[in-house]
Amino acid sequence: MMVGVPLVGFVFKPLFKALPPVWRSVGKVDSFKVGETVAVTFLQASPLPWAGVTAKTAAWLRRESDNSFTAFSISCTHLGCPVRWRPDAELFMCPCHGGVYYKDGSVAAGPPPKPLSRYQARVNEGQVEILSTL
Amino acid sequence: MLKRIFEKTYQWLEDRTGLFSFIGHMARHPVPSGARWWYVFGSATLCAFLIQVVSGIALALYYIPSADEAYATLKYITHDTAFGGFVRALHYYGASAMVLMVGAHMAQVFLQGSYKFPREMNWLTGVLLLGFTLVMGFTGQILRWDQNAVWTAAVAAKQAARAPFIGGWLSTLILSGPTVGGSTLSRLFVVHVFLIPALVFAFVGLHLMLVLRHGISEPPIPGRKVDPKTYRREYEDSLKKDGVPFWPDAAWRDMVFAAVMVLAIVLLAIVFGPPELGHPPDPSLIDANPRPDWYLMWYFAVLALLPHGIEGFFMVFAPIIAGALLILLPFISNHGERSPSRRPWAMAFVLMVVVMIGAFWWAGVKSNWSPNFNVKPLPVEVVGAANGPVFEGARLFELKGCLNCHMIKGYGGKRGPDLSEIGNKLSADRMILLISNGATNMPAYAANLTPKEMDELVSFLQSRQSDWEPPK
Repeated sequence: MMVGVPLVGFVFKPLFKALPPVWRSVGKVDSFKVGETVAVTFLQASPLPWAGVTAKTAAWLRRESDNSFTAFSISCTHLGCPVRWRPDAELFMCPCHGGVYYKDGSVAAGPPPKPLSRYQARVNEGQVEILSTL
Repeated sequence: MLKRIFEKTYQWLEDRTGLFSFIGHMARHPVPSGARWWYVFGSATLCAFLIQVVSGIALALYYIPSADEAYATLKYITHDTAFGGFVRALHYYGASAMVLMVGAHMAQVFLQGSYKFPREMNWLTGVLLLGFTLVMGFTGQILRWDQNAVWTAAVAAKQAARAPFIGGWLSTLILSGPTVGGSTLSRLFVVHVFLIPALVFAFVGLHLMLVLRHGISEPPIPGRKVDPKTYRREYEDSLKKDGVPFWPDAAWRDMVFAAVMVLAIVLLAIVFGPPELGHPPDPSLIDANPRPDWYLMWYFAVLALLPHGIEGFFMVFAPIIAGALLILLPFISNHGERSPSRRPWAMAFVLMVVVMIGAFWWAGVKSNWSPNFNVKPLPVEVVGAANGPVFEGARLFELKGCLNCHMIKGYGGKRGPDLSEIGNKLSADRMILLISNGATNMPAYAANLTPKEMDELVSFLQSRQSDWEPPK
């Protein structure tokens, strides 16, 4: 018991620690055009000191109107590959198994079982912020 | 004088440890005669594993299992160390050989019925070793910590997350957190370098112990059935009658085959070099194209080609069912005929598995179900017009992503039907309806095209006819 409990705790506890979400700034409001969808990069909620570039993550950010933004996860809901935005076609396309989504994240074609998931996004002091949950 | 010292040392060591007679006894244990080339795959698997141990230890001298530094150390190993690229290639082709040999060994044991009484536990430990080998292959690909590795880990976690009840927990366990991050690599490194190798050593030991305990199975003879009541006596009798010592009578074939395999691995490593190190492991670089290494490519294809809606069940239950069948096999049929010529269903089954894996592997390599992101623009001679609605329509066909999925005279993607001669098949009205509303696997474009654009696009598509001439 005295050896086992600390050892198992040491191995597994960090994996299931609840991470508080953090608002991350992804750029000035003015740097995004209304109606455009662009990739933005931000940091995970609580990256480990040695995570390096793996601490980074990305989202597809769409400026809906002056003060409203939608942030989509880049992960396809089928198996998690990163979807790409085709601006003229106004579609997200997945390179792995051919999933396609409309600009609002709903499924247009292929195997995805549900729409692209979203992050919360807000405007705060002239900055667009995304709620980094992972 | 020197000879005497050697002899004395040998005798002293033998007296105190008994090692030499122990090994000699094992090496010369009697095996059935007539065991031909069919029997070499098991020892070849072990030989490939030893290559992995040696090359793996060598790589660990430089490799740093930190999310931040692993990529840099891999670059350093590949470009700045003496023979580093070769050692990486050795580890890669060694892994490939190990997967192939495990497969061949298993097929041979299954086809010749060697898993039957009394060797059920030989089979069972073998099934576990197959599982360990696949986990090693998968974690090994992730240790090659580049963009592909990061996304492969993410995809694996997403699959695991589909499992009922324990999905979230499994996914967290694979990634060591809610997403790919600092812990992912270091923990998978522990699995790849400490945990699974320790299990492989233990189970290879047990597997070999069982081989010695029950003896190498005799080549099957049609009509000679395994009867658990009499099998052991018959086996002992046949060994007494015409058994031969394993070393050297049977072992030379293992040696020759293993040597040829090692030579092939070395040649492949020299000619093709190490697997390419892709972009840095930065999950915010979106232009990734995740693909598993070849031995899991077939499964990647299966997941693409399954009817939509059932893959959730498939991903969870197919591996469980496959594993359960493999484990149960020797308990379902542990007696009766061993010869493949008397077990046509066994032959058909192996053939089916090989053909299916081969076909899915090839489908995975081609990945026709994916939009083609590297399409070349349609040349003027294919479009057939340098201005006007047909030309504008062709431009829209590219811009709106149609070309990513549809092929026109060899240009474009293969996701949807080839439209090279669609003008012969569909009327303009039908086209407008299809493009506006979409279809099962095609997005609806009604909101994305102006009436003028729709007209141009349809003009282009109507001009796709076998005998179409551009208007003069």
